[in-house]
Amino acid sequence: MKWTRCVVIALSLAVAAPAAAQMSLVGEWSPRYHEDQPERIPGPELGDYTGLPITDGARLAADSWDASRLTLREHQCKVHNGPYILHGPVQFRLWEEKDPRTQQVTALRMYLNTYEQERTIWMDGRPHPPEWAPHTWQGFSTGKWEGDILTVYTTHIKQEWIRRNGVPNSEKSTMIEHFIRHGQIMTHLQIWDDPVYLTEPLIRSEDFVLSERSGGNWLWPCEYVDEIVNRPHSAVPSYLPGQNPFEGDFAYRYGIPVEAAKGGAETTYPEYQTKLRTLPKPTKPETK
Amino acid sequence: MKINVKVLVALAVAGSIGLASRVHTQQPQAPAEIHDFHVQGNVWLLVGAGGNIAVQTGDEGVLVVDTGLAQNAANLLVAIKKLSDKPIRWIINTHVHPDHTGGNEALSKAGRKTNGQPAEILSHENVLTRMSAPAAGRPTASWPTDTYFPEEKDIFFNGEAVMLYHEPNAHTDGDSIVFFRRSDVVVAGDTFVTTSYPFIDQTNGGSIQGELNALNRILDLAVPAHEQEGGTYVISGHGRVCDEADVLEYRDMVTIVRDRIQDMVKRGLTLEQVKAAKPTLDYDRQYGSTTGRVTTASFIEAVYKDLKNPQGKPRVR
Repeated sequence: MKWTRCVVIALSLAVAAPAAAQMSLVGEWSPRYHEDQPERIPGPELGDYTGLPITDGARLAADSWDASRLTLREHQCKVHNGPYILHGPVQFRLWEEKDPRTQQVTALRMYLNTYEQERTIWMDGRPHPPEWAPHTWQGFSTGKWEGDILTVYTTHIKQEWIRRNGVPNSEKSTMIEHFIRHGQIMTHLQIWDDPVYLTEPLIRSEDFVLSERSGGNWLWPCEYVDEIVNRPHSAVPSYLPGQNPFEGDFAYRYGIPVEAAKGGAETTYPEYQTKLRTLPKPTKPETK
Repeated sequence: MKINVKVLVALAVAGSIGLASRVHTQQPQAPAEIHDFHVQGNVWLLVGAGGNIAVQTGDEGVLVVDTGLAQNAANLLVAIKKLSDKPIRWIINTHVHPDHTGGNEALSKAGRKTNGQPAEILSHENVLTRMSAPAAGRPTASWPTDTYFPEEKDIFFNGEAVMLYHEPNAHTDGDSIVFFRRSDVVVAGDTFVTTSYPFIDQTNGGSIQGELNALNRILDLAVPAHEQEGGTYVISGHGRVCDEADVLEYRDMVTIVRDRIQDMVKRGLTLEQVKAAKPTLDYDRQYGSTTGRVTTASFIEAVYKDLKNPQGKPRVR
């Protein structure tokens, strides 16, 4: 009888052990903007595609993008998608949902204070939705622990942008993330794949600090208005190819060779610095 | 052994013709697997039968929007039966193409109106005109039995208003956009797809401006929920379920491409010059193709030809 009881207790401890060993990411997390601050906070300049492994198509889309498109009714209340916002201005709260019987974590929930966004990372092994299911700004995420690193895979992401100056992402985007906690700091690493607008995955990282106080909220009770009187119903602001009046401004202002400012996978590697020195200085763009 | 070259050539040619004939007539393939997906309210999406199919269920029976390819009709009936054991009362055709109307006859006969007759097939009258043309070769039992000709038509079924909006000269000249008002689901037919550029079927009366009018109509009908997400859902003719934000990106794309080609037409570029200028470059990896019903080249050509001889006018809101 004693022997049987010992076996039962030993088995119970063995089953319970993994949950007890799991890292916790629960809390309020605030970003540190020492990486890519100009892009993340004030926002990028028009025509700045540096560091992005983009396709020729993405470059054309961005050169055609007119910020006035955001004045269209249906664009006004859009929010940022999952891959973009974690590299943007955001604080988030993360909590766990547990099965009341097993105490296993079934989901991690996130509230992102920018635009009141909510995100779920499913931890219960469920499959991703079928290809015909709707897409959302945050996409559909599933996670698993790899040691102390939480690895998350996201699909069904809505089309928005990779950079806030018109460089688009497509609805075929997927993202792999690693959440790595070291004490009060958490490093977030994202690998953004997009067969439409990226020739290679875009890899970037951010650091967050665990906060003792709740972050402020950027509430978003958005309601569209007609901003431009008498604009035709069907108009979509864009620049025809070669007619963007701001083309070349960024490269000239910062003395960056035009080719480098236009981005592309080659420009993201250290070896490109050698080529960079051989490229001509930008000239003042013509007024269009 | 002496080989008669002329005979061999004749056999080869005959074989080629036979093969080409079989490909042209599209011998029925094995029935496809059909998947269901609950959109919201009373409306379901069925995928795999050809074009996308919407099914509305309720106490009064079943309403089906589009019927897929003919060879998938038996599997389609099984899939509908899984959603409801009530009879099919209504069939609505969004347009004439066989991948959306092929199952008309089988579904109509499998269903019944309250008077015991086969289920009604409702469409814009141009669908009936096209399907009943002798050259179409479509069986009489597959033709629409109930048509409308004004801009709008509505019925009330299963506790909700079902609105039909005719979009003149869009994907074809007989397109209906179907709006389930209580369920808050729009069925776009092929005026909106997520798998390719729009198919401007000019031989069946389609036009680029009509296509844009249809996309703008969908935007007018759709009301997004918080953060421009969800709210009204839109079932595309091919591809996935969308909301307003998705239709918006597609509308923007079609408009931008139209504007670029229009500028090239004004500058006197030939069709070959327009194609060489790659006016769809930024969207080709998503919607472009060199094979299938809608290729990048055929889309550019359709827009170019239409802008040289415009068929439609922008709708004034």
